[in-house]
Amino acid sequence: MIENRPLLRIMSHLIMVAGVVLVAFPLWITFVAASHSEQRMTELPLPLLPGGHFFENLDIALNQGLWGGDGTGVGFMLFNSLIMALMISIGKIVISLLSAFAIVYFRFPFRMGFFWMIFVTLMLPVEVRILPTFEVVANLGMLNNYWGLSIPLIASATATFMFRQVFLTIPDELLEAARIDGAGPLRFFKDILLPMSQTNIAALFVIMFIFGWNQYLWPLLVTTDQDMFTIVMQIGKLLEGGEEAPQWHITMMTTLLAVIPPVIVVIFMQRLFVQGLTETEK
Amino acid sequence: MASVTLENLQKTYPNGFKAIHGVDVDIQDGEFLVLVGPSGCGKSTLLRMIAGLETVTEGKLSIGGKMVNDLEPSQRDIAMVFQNYALYPHMTVYNNMAYGLKIMGLSKQEIDERVKNAAKILELTEEQLTRKPRQLSGGQRQRVAMGRAIVRKPSVFLFDEPLSNLDAKLRVQMRIEIKRLQESLGITSVYVTHDQVEAMTLGHRLMVLNGGNVEQLGTPIELYERPASLFVAGFIGSPAMNMISTKMSSDGKSIEIASDISLALENGGAADYAGKKVILGVRPEHLELSQTDNSLPFTVTLVEHLGADTLIHGHFGEDMTDLTVRVSGTHTVKAGDQLPVTITRDHIHLFDPATEKRISL
Repeated sequence: MIENRPLLRIMSHLIMVAGVVLVAFPLWITFVAASHSEQRMTELPLPLLPGGHFFENLDIALNQGLWGGDGTGVGFMLFNSLIMALMISIGKIVISLLSAFAIVYFRFPFRMGFFWMIFVTLMLPVEVRILPTFEVVANLGMLNNYWGLSIPLIASATATFMFRQVFLTIPDELLEAARIDGAGPLRFFKDILLPMSQTNIAALFVIMFIFGWNQYLWPLLVTTDQDMFTIVMQIGKLLEGGEEAPQWHITMMTTLLAVIPPVIVVIFMQRLFVQGLTETEK
Repeated sequence: MASVTLENLQKTYPNGFKAIHGVDVDIQDGEFLVLVGPSGCGKSTLLRMIAGLETVTEGKLSIGGKMVNDLEPSQRDIAMVFQNYALYPHMTVYNNMAYGLKIMGLSKQEIDERVKNAAKILELTEEQLTRKPRQLSGGQRQRVAMGRAIVRKPSVFLFDEPLSNLDAKLRVQMRIEIKRLQESLGITSVYVTHDQVEAMTLGHRLMVLNGGNVEQLGTPIELYERPASLFVAGFIGSPAMNMISTKMSSDGKSIEIASDISLALENGGAADYAGKKVILGVRPEHLELSQTDNSLPFTVTLVEHLGADTLIHGHFGEDMTDLTVRVSGTHTVKAGDQLPVTITRDHIHLFDPATEKRISL
């Protein structure tokens, strides 16, 4: 729509600015708090401009941890979170691509039955089935390792459902052309379906990476060994200081560190992400 | 190069719908056969059965003398051009053509040679080979789809309404190119269309299908001059043949077109139909605007000027039987005019109203 109405433009800009401020202000506060000394953070009013202790705090958060804590930083937890998020997102994409492929392109007994069984799991997120899932994971000896952290979160109906819809939009003639060209099912999957769902895979990767990265409850349950802690659960622990006053500058620095990887993923995959969610032409 | 033989080929879908009721045809090596009929007549199903995309319920299908009923499409030595081209959207034009060859396991050099050669035949430039299908126009995509078929060097080409997505002008151009290509390569081809002009111009032989049955199989001229049934008569030719309900005279030697106008038949008529009702078919181009003893009083209701020809629509007689006349050149006739129209016995067709079959004289 091409219109030239100054008032309308000012209004829409105001609304957008308000939206940006609403989202960005807490992030700004986090950044400011992470750049001041411990002492400054205990005084009122709270600072609104960055201070000069950013790199000092960064070093403490990454390598030393809280003052009076156990002396370990959060660097390895960032790594744990990264591994968990990658395993969840890649695992989900691989499994749901294959199951959607089976459901859309093969005729086998109880095909729709299987589809609905997968679909029903949408109603059973981890929080609902947390006790039995914990039992299973514990019995399989997967506590305190990456498998235990990621596998229960991989089973996903959303992704399977999404890829099913994507595959349904791919014209049958392409399958027929591939059959005449002599491509078998796996070859068709690899050469035609995968490249054609590229943008959807990217979109799903972004969503699933953030979903995996932000997991709190599940890692809290299955990890007791500090070596396996994830960054998000650590943020919660930082505030359980007991007698001590909360050390806001380190907590905020840790939070800032936890925010960065998802932001990087979104920035680098934004173009594919938007295409994946909006593109319909095949 | 190969012949294709269909023996009592039948198709019944799992839900019980019978799409093809037994088709027999022997397609010669190098022949161009066109399957033509209205939508839903089973022509695409038949083509897809030859391609191996639909299973054969009953009957025998052989390509090059070898029974192929249970072979995969890729093993039948065929290539197919689809209605919507079915090009792989993420591959370049070059890779679209090369994909099947790669799977065949040909050497890079051989693939390159074949693709370049096909591109030359189809007048695709080097630059176009590096583009994606969506960056090409409809006609160019059509060429790529044909290129993909050519590079396989198949025994049989299958075309599934390949021109129906193109605009009218391009369609005529591509029609000529397909014809020329098929003649120069000499590859047996089966072509599906619902467009009777395409069918008439392309095919060595035409197979008219209706409701899964073969109505007639023959050369375009045979179909035009001696349609075997009312259906074929109405389907082939544009504008469609005029159908007039008439009665055979009591001696079977002439037909009564209107109350006092009768037309003597060739070869002494058809005595079997004496006194019975018959349907008289006469093409618009075979009606003459002339005053004779037998001419009909024709009232014009609509005139269409096509430039080279003029179509005059109108009716005659008490029951206002509709009639279309095609005369060459431009005419100054207008609606409401009365004209004499003469039916000559040279170009008439008679059909039995009950069986809808041709009555041979």
